[in-house]
Amino acid sequence: MTFRQRHLLGIDPLHPTEITEILDLADKYVDLNRQSIKHSDVLAGLTQINMFFENSTRTQASFELAGKRLGADVMNMAMQASSIKKGETLIDTALTLNAMHPDLLVVRHPHSGAVDLLAQKVNCAVLNAGDGRHEHPTQALLDALTIRRRKGRLHRLNIAICGDIAHSRVARSNIILLGKMENRIRLVGPTTLVPSVFSEFGCEVYDDMNEGLRDVDVVMMLRLQRERMDGGFIPSEREYYHRYGLDAEKLSKAKPDAIVMHPGPMNRGVEIDGDIADDINRSVIQEQVEMGVAVRMAAMDLLAQNLREGVV
Amino acid sequence: MTTLFTNARIIDPEALTETAGALLVDSGEVKEVLTQDADIAAKKLTAVNFVDCGGKVLAPGIVDIGVKISEPGERNKESFRSAGLAAAAGGVTTIVTRPDTLPSIDTPETLEFVTRRAREAAPMNVRTMAALTKGREGREMTELGFLLDAGAVAFTDGDSVTTNTKVLTRAMSYAKSLDALIVAHPQEPGLSAGAAVTSGKFAALKGLPAVSPMAERMGLDRDIALVEMTGVKYHADQITTARALPALARAKKNGFDVTAGISIHHLTLNELDVADYRTFFKVKPPLRSEDDRTAVIQAVADGLIDIICSMHTPQDEESKRLPFEEAASGAVGLETLLPAALRLYHNDQLTLPQLFRAMALNPAKRLGLASGRIQKGAPADLILFDPDAPFVLDRTRLNSKSKNTPFDGAKMQGKVLGTWVSGTRVFG
Repeated sequence: MTFRQRHLLGIDPLHPTEITEILDLADKYVDLNRQSIKHSDVLAGLTQINMFFENSTRTQASFELAGKRLGADVMNMAMQASSIKKGETLIDTALTLNAMHPDLLVVRHPHSGAVDLLAQKVNCAVLNAGDGRHEHPTQALLDALTIRRRKGRLHRLNIAICGDIAHSRVARSNIILLGKMENRIRLVGPTTLVPSVFSEFGCEVYDDMNEGLRDVDVVMMLRLQRERMDGGFIPSEREYYHRYGLDAEKLSKAKPDAIVMHPGPMNRGVEIDGDIADDINRSVIQEQVEMGVAVRMAAMDLLAQNLREGVV
Repeated sequence: MTTLFTNARIIDPEALTETAGALLVDSGEVKEVLTQDADIAAKKLTAVNFVDCGGKVLAPGIVDIGVKISEPGERNKESFRSAGLAAAAGGVTTIVTRPDTLPSIDTPETLEFVTRRAREAAPMNVRTMAALTKGREGREMTELGFLLDAGAVAFTDGDSVTTNTKVLTRAMSYAKSLDALIVAHPQEPGLSAGAAVTSGKFAALKGLPAVSPMAERMGLDRDIALVEMTGVKYHADQITTARALPALARAKKNGFDVTAGISIHHLTLNELDVADYRTFFKVKPPLRSEDDRTAVIQAVADGLIDIICSMHTPQDEESKRLPFEEAASGAVGLETLLPAALRLYHNDQLTLPQLFRAMALNPAKRLGLASGRIQKGAPADLILFDPDAPFVLDRTRLNSKSKNTPFDGAKMQGKVLGTWVSGTRVFG
């Protein structure tokens, strides 16, 4: 096994071979998940706690299902509603949980770096389910798995990531992962949401979407957060849709077999046209959700193996 | 009672020289700098006390502008007593305190309380800055005249920027009539709101809210325009970016009474030191790029930036052990100012006299104090240190109640061997 991590805090610390190993194992879990009996016992006896300091339905459900299919005892804690409101600090929460001897801790937090901080204080394996604008590693892994299965490879592809790059942890993790796997990355969006500094990460930055999508293999759309829509970063929803919403005309600039991705939940008619999202020949959005469960199973399986072997 | 310091490397920040010799101190004042063996031998016959400096460096004590001592309000973070011990151990003989306490030091009554506490608990000179506006809220000016009478050496709202230019203009013009010094934090607050780091590749990679270094220049440009309008004496607390330097140079060239300072952290650390969200490296303004750092070091060498300070800001563990965006800003520095500054000396970026010009002479001059220099008649505020002595900093051994130093575990050079305030030994 080449995967030698104690935690999955981001894509940044991973070696390309470690990424490949997660994806290879995830492929096997895709097959398992498609059978009528989907159970495995690789996490039997282990306790998985999902701590979400920020609202999430999809990611939390995906992690919960992944844990349960592998036989872990899974507990969800809705942190927005609990002790944080009572003034307990993140560190205290971590220490309290640590005393309950969990084996896998899945954490989402609204602040960048908060999951790293928590990981320093606990003895179990920590999985980052999204921290602020920093990283969302399992999303990037599931995107990578989707691309690899559809395109037959995960290198030398032209991939456009479109929308609110500045505030997106999904974008950051994808930029790092796809860069490590030697793809050509284009970032497309208004300069308020795609600052030019991103060109320093080896990406090409476009503010014209028709140019940005020319001949790409993959179009990755990002969700535009409601609070960024009016006035602050873009003039209006309708102007954004006109210039940066993915419609048939803009998509026609991409390669004829280009796939369309979106991490969900979608704003139909804001960043993506409803017909394109539903086009089974182009859109792989449902497949991304399926890959999400498999990738999370793979990541937790590998981390649990390292936990047993005492990898630091 | 005379004391003779022999066998010393004496730093003269005024003449920018260092000379081997002896120093005669009497009644808390410097009496004579002696360089000739015959003169030294003669004085040896009459002096009562002797300090053999062993060839180490004897320099004027540090005058540190902008020290936060958390009295009143947060004595759990720092008291005059703990800060006094830290300052003595760090070679700081004059502490100039900030008014950003709880409540702010914005009335003569609170100023008198602080002065009394300082006199009781700290063994060095403590001078206080008072708030420029009531509650540091930027709405109404404080009783500048009364505060001046009560001993305020300057007026500042700390790092809170007075956004209402009308209020600031009036306060400046009133201060001008009193010949008072205003210390401001040059920053465009609209641009820097919510920022935790400086914008750039590092901020983008870490996903942290960031401020453009341009915000500092915008703040400075605005303030200089108001200085031109009112003629007030103005000191920018920290100029940390290359882009702000031409504006500063222009203001000085035009003859405005403008000076600038910088914290030791911005001279010795850069944005990458934050690494994996280390909150002890969160300061205000945020640490800058390496290009900025080298530019401001040069500006100190050239004398464009006048003053180096510690910007001592005690924060307890609870305020720092948080996600980076939520964590409090600031670092303690009284005890690490000198060894950190000596990094610049060991890297051949600044000479010892240049360092003490910025850490002792210039701040004393700016506040109209007689200290900060070694010459006949000056107060015998002195430090003796070994600039080469190596050590590894252990934050738990700092005298400050708060241990939030970015230098924990750092290899440093420079140990204070003795600190004297008005000729009385307070450390070593």
